[in-house]
Amino acid sequence: MMGVARFWREIPQRYNLIGTKCSVCGTIYFPPRAICPNCRRKSAGKMEDYKLKGTGTVESFTIIRVPPPEFEGKSPYAIALIKMDEGCHLTGQIVDCNLEDIHIGMKVEACFRRIQEDGKRGAFYYGYKFRKAKE
Amino acid sequence: MASIVGYGAYVPRYRIKVEEIAKIWGKEAASISSGLYVFEKSVPGMDEDTATISVEAARRAVKSAGIDPKGIEAIYVGSESHPYAVKPTATIVAEAIEATPVLTAADYEFACKAGTAGLQNCIALVNSNMIQYGMAIGTDVSQAAPGDALEYTAAAGGAAFIVGKEGIATINDTVSFTTDTPDFWRREGSPYPGHGGRFTGEPAYFKHITNAAKMLMERCGTKPSDYDYAVFHQPNGKFPSRVAKMLGFEKEQIKDSLLCPWIGNTYSGSSMVGLAAVMDVAQPDQRIIVVSYGSGAGSDAFDITVTDKIEGIQRQGIREMLEDKEYVDYGTYMKLRGEFT
Ligand SMILES: [Zn+2]
Repeated sequence: MMGVARFWREIPQRYNLIGTKCSVCGTIYFPPRAICPNCRRKSAGKMEDYKLKGTGTVESFTIIRVPPPEFEGKSPYAIALIKMDEGCHLTGQIVDCNLEDIHIGMKVEACFRRIQEDGKRGAFYYGYKFRKAKE
Repeated sequence: MASIVGYGAYVPRYRIKVEEIAKIWGKEAASISSGLYVFEKSVPGMDEDTATISVEAARRAVKSAGIDPKGIEAIYVGSESHPYAVKPTATIVAEAIEATPVLTAADYEFACKAGTAGLQNCIALVNSNMIQYGMAIGTDVSQAAPGDALEYTAAAGGAAFIVGKEGIATINDTVSFTTDTPDFWRREGSPYPGHGGRFTGEPAYFKHITNAAKMLMERCGTKPSDYDYAVFHQPNGKFPSRVAKMLGFEKEQIKDSLLCPWIGNTYSGSSMVGLAAVMDVAQPDQRIIVVSYGSGAGSDAFDITVTDKIEGIQRQGIREMLEDKEYVDYGTYMKLRGEFT
């Protein structure tokens, strides 16, 4: 369970893929960082919010058949490592795609989905997942 | 004058055929299909609900309008399947399109016409210069009790419209016809709706739509032949054709908006997804009449004229989106509905 407070703090990144860009070296980070690991102290106060376009490529993926308890009844599903067009990496579920059709190099785009819920009485947590990109 | 400046629609990718449902209950699919004029319906994925579908439609609308979402100063989401009983869907949408924090937002509820009620509010706020842009959304992920007649049509989908000034389609007038008619309802805490069977037709759907449409045409000084497109609420494929005929509209006028036979009844999404499909093909100076229907009961009617600006926007390609679909069997349908979690 993720907790309402943590989820709420992360809404900009979860809903809109807001990362950060180091204005010294131009590297884009997701999730957001306060300091650029390349530029260290020089980047202090120079990290700007940066919205990812939401498009990327599958670099690796796995099919979950034995899910953690909170995802029981939802398997099988695919979790992929996505290289975003901006260069940073994200992990996310791939939806609306036959599991046999998912492949390394597949172009994907972010979509807005329900990620998790705190049981039957708790809050819903929304955020990004990925689907096959429209050509 | 208030005008549509952007539109977007979203319908989940999964479909179940009427045959597949009929098979489970030992019913004859052919007679159900021809009786309802519905062949298949959309089914939401396990992680899709009224909030996610509204966000998808809203993002498409913002993109088509090409506006800064911070200019959207009102968001209304109409649905009878909001994910929370208390906690607005509209704030989730507002955050997901980056329209927060300077805006007013609320969820609306009026069976299948809650989305068009929101549209009327946006029109009023724009015409009174209270806001620059307003967004009205109609979305549902409706469910029916297994084995109920509504199971063949209860579907999922939604559409979003941004209202501003000088857009792609001028909203000339709107009028509503409302009475207390218990044709369809759902009690708090009950997962499935109840309905008045045959009572849902004449005194409900047909009475409200025909009255609203006639009142609107009288106010606008128009007749059915003045319209290039007519959009009616689509609880099934038959009712909109029948009400069109009763009012004196031709088949040709409703064909572009009639999506129910292939996606089912998207409830609050129904007339708005139909209007979005019309916006995909409409040409400058064409005229559109839209009449929604919500049980309980009421109809909102709109008289709309397409402007030259329609040629400058990227159309949504809603019919193409509907072509990209995947059929599921009844077991998978039950799993997607979350019956096993
Ligand atoms: Zn740097």
